[in-house]
Amino acid sequence: MTDQLSQAELVRQSLKRRYRKEWRFRTYGILAIGVAILALVILFTDIISKGYTGFLKTTVTLEVPLDPELMYLDDPTDPEQIRMADFVAPLQQALLNELPTAEKGDRRELGRLMNSYAANQLRDQLQANPDWLGTTRTMTFLANTDVEVYVKHKDDEAYSIKLSDQQQRWVDELVDRGVVESSFNDVFFSSGDSRDPSNAGIAGAIVGSLLTMLVTLCLSFPIGVAAAIYLEEFAPQNRWTDFIEVNINNLAAVPSIIFGLLGLAVFINLFGMPRSVPMVGGLVLTLMTLPTIIISSRASIKSVPPSIREAAEGIGASKMQVVLHHVLPLALPGMLTGSIIGMAQALGETAPLLLIGMVAFIVDVPGGFFESATVMPVQIFLWAGSPELAFIERASAAIMVLLAFLISMNALAIWLRKRLERRW
Amino acid sequence: MQPANLFPLIVVLVAIAFALGYARSRALAMPLGGIRNLKSLPFYYAARAAMWCGLPALLILACWLGFEAKVIQTLIVGSLPAELRPDTAGQASLVLSQISNVASGALSGDFAPEGIAAAAERLEALRAQSTFMMTALVLSIAVLGGFIAWLRIAPHINAREKVESTLRKIFFLCAALAILTTVGIIFSVIFETIRFFGKVSFIEFFFGTSWSPQTAIRADQVGADGAFGMIPLFVGTLLISSIAMLVAVPVGLMSAIYLSEYASKPVRAIFKPALEMLAGVPTVVYGFFAALTVAPFISDIAEAIGLSASSQSALAAGLVMGIMIIPFVSSLSDDVINAVPQTMRDGSLALGATQSETMKKVIFPAALPGIMGGVLLAVSRAIGETMIVVMAAGLAANMTANPLEAVTTVTVQIVTLLVGDQEFDSAKTLAAFALGMMLFIVTLLLNIVALHVVRKYREQYD
Repeated sequence: MTDQLSQAELVRQSLKRRYRKEWRFRTYGILAIGVAILALVILFTDIISKGYTGFLKTTVTLEVPLDPELMYLDDPTDPEQIRMADFVAPLQQALLNELPTAEKGDRRELGRLMNSYAANQLRDQLQANPDWLGTTRTMTFLANTDVEVYVKHKDDEAYSIKLSDQQQRWVDELVDRGVVESSFNDVFFSSGDSRDPSNAGIAGAIVGSLLTMLVTLCLSFPIGVAAAIYLEEFAPQNRWTDFIEVNINNLAAVPSIIFGLLGLAVFINLFGMPRSVPMVGGLVLTLMTLPTIIISSRASIKSVPPSIREAAEGIGASKMQVVLHHVLPLALPGMLTGSIIGMAQALGETAPLLLIGMVAFIVDVPGGFFESATVMPVQIFLWAGSPELAFIERASAAIMVLLAFLISMNALAIWLRKRLERRW
Repeated sequence: MQPANLFPLIVVLVAIAFALGYARSRALAMPLGGIRNLKSLPFYYAARAAMWCGLPALLILACWLGFEAKVIQTLIVGSLPAELRPDTAGQASLVLSQISNVASGALSGDFAPEGIAAAAERLEALRAQSTFMMTALVLSIAVLGGFIAWLRIAPHINAREKVESTLRKIFFLCAALAILTTVGIIFSVIFETIRFFGKVSFIEFFFGTSWSPQTAIRADQVGADGAFGMIPLFVGTLLISSIAMLVAVPVGLMSAIYLSEYASKPVRAIFKPALEMLAGVPTVVYGFFAALTVAPFISDIAEAIGLSASSQSALAAGLVMGIMIIPFVSSLSDDVINAVPQTMRDGSLALGATQSETMKKVIFPAALPGIMGGVLLAVSRAIGETMIVVMAAGLAANMTANPLEAVTTVTVQIVTLLVGDQEFDSAKTLAAFALGMMLFIVTLLLNIVALHVVRKYREQYD
């Protein structure tokens, strides 16, 4: 009796310690989740705070005097004259007119406020409208990257301001007068890469990604579904089937860079396909995403109850008819979901594409599957490696766009699953 | 015609073949007294005609596209005058790129040697010829195949059986593509690796302690051969992976335990997808984060407490890689923990154990093999991860265990050696394939062991 009492006493005495342990263990769990969520939050805020300014462009709106004498040009339809003409002078003159404090000798310094492509833009406009010569036109140009950095990040110590004190005063004055303005950066979405951050955009990368994904989707979805159907419905129980399964499971865990080596050795060296084209990128990503799609498609075929198959067989359908007319339509939503998730993975993939040469500096927006292109993640990689902070800002903005694509793809997958998937 | 236009045309032809086949099978059935006198439904006759029209044509199109470039290159190189003919593969690719640049107009023919300009013209002509021949061949095969199948439509033929057996074969080929991919991977690394070991000794590669794959600019340059000892890469990979696992395993495991054992349903519904979001972030974004935010932060802190840290530290890459792997560990452990039968939990709780005691003494030991399998898979992920280390770990092959120094990894070296222009017979390029082979073998072994352990474990409780 006393023995039992002391036993109970012992337990009671140890309870406090055990509860404390329990509490500690639970706290560790909460801490772990906290760490993970904190990492997620820091990651997102870091990227947003670095990159939201990337969605702003800085423009200069000027009254440009298209004076024939200033430009040494009297016939804009003559290509020879256009080639020799001076298109910087009118821009300098226009800035001089805007700034009463500036003197004639400051022309060169003033010209540096304009984007390096502004003169080309003026030339193209004039060539398109020869009758503008001799008039004064209101035109909007992109500002120089240094001006953009100054306007956006005056108070940020991380950025180094490359403008002289004089130039800074001018820009301040122009901002006050509404000549220099910040607005939504449509250039970022409509142009390809550029050496100059203010002209650089992601249009080329988006189109490249789109073409690559199109190849990947057109190949990996049908092949993946067909392979899943074979393995689930037709494959005999033998060594070959086992071997295929082992292969698929292993390929799903092979590092993606290995697929880049495969693409380089097989598609480029063996078949002599061109480098850095969406076609080869798509083929490599197809091989990479196939295992994921096959595995998820098999899971969704498995979830179709056997009663459906038995009922169809019972009224005389052939095995293929059972699969194509009954099992496949029921399993399709699950397959779609898995494929969208696989495609999202492929969209974010960088390493294998580096090896097949999709890292080239490409200004033009690609027009076909066999033209040199780059993709979103590789564009981010290229910009992230730049020493110029203005490029880093654009890399962050591109990351936001990429993440928006990925999140909406995943949301679509979740919505599809909720909407179409049947519970048995 | 461009292949991009040819493909839709084939699709149209297939549709026509289908429609004609359908019409013919119905027409044949009418005099017999309706389609029930056909051996198969009209759909199957039509499908058979469509297959005959489409499959051979697509097969030929794919083969042509695959081998066209190589055949044209061989023809061009063969037709070059003797003084221009390249001796090595490296020269060949140089000459060929020159020719194609002239052909595409990127390089003016005036500046190129006589033979090159001629070859460029020939290249253009061959390309045009090849495209024309391909278009003609593919289209005629499609039409011919469709026509033959259309002619052979007869009421007594069991078209369904034929269509189904063809489909079954196609399905099998799709599944067998997995084997083909593995074989492709092995073959693409093995030949270059063998050539690499012809230039660099086995012992130097596996036991050498210095890695600097410079190629000689001058023949008498110091270190002209480059050093190819992979130990420093191995050490670097191991260092970064261990830092990553030190972050990922405790955090991933504890959050899985909390979410599966403690969290209420709504909490679980919020935090589980949030954790999975970490898995959906592309690696290049993690690399960006590691290189531009975490690495400077770490080097600032190290400086503040009087340590010297390199601007590209193993710690930054490892930490961020750990964050990336957290969801991987947590979702695998979650599965495993949930697979432990509820009866074991109930038994332990009924004996008066607290939840944490149940977890530590009953569930965790039962789930350990599965968790180990998951951790091994995570290790294989960490070893093969590329973008984070390329952006944040640096290129210097230091042999160090100090996480504040810059190290380099196997994947970083593969990328650096293969990005950009390369000659295909230098030891430098071949070394990348040898490293790739090592990486493939190591991850393959890890995966096989891990998958085996996980499967064994599942069977135990199923």
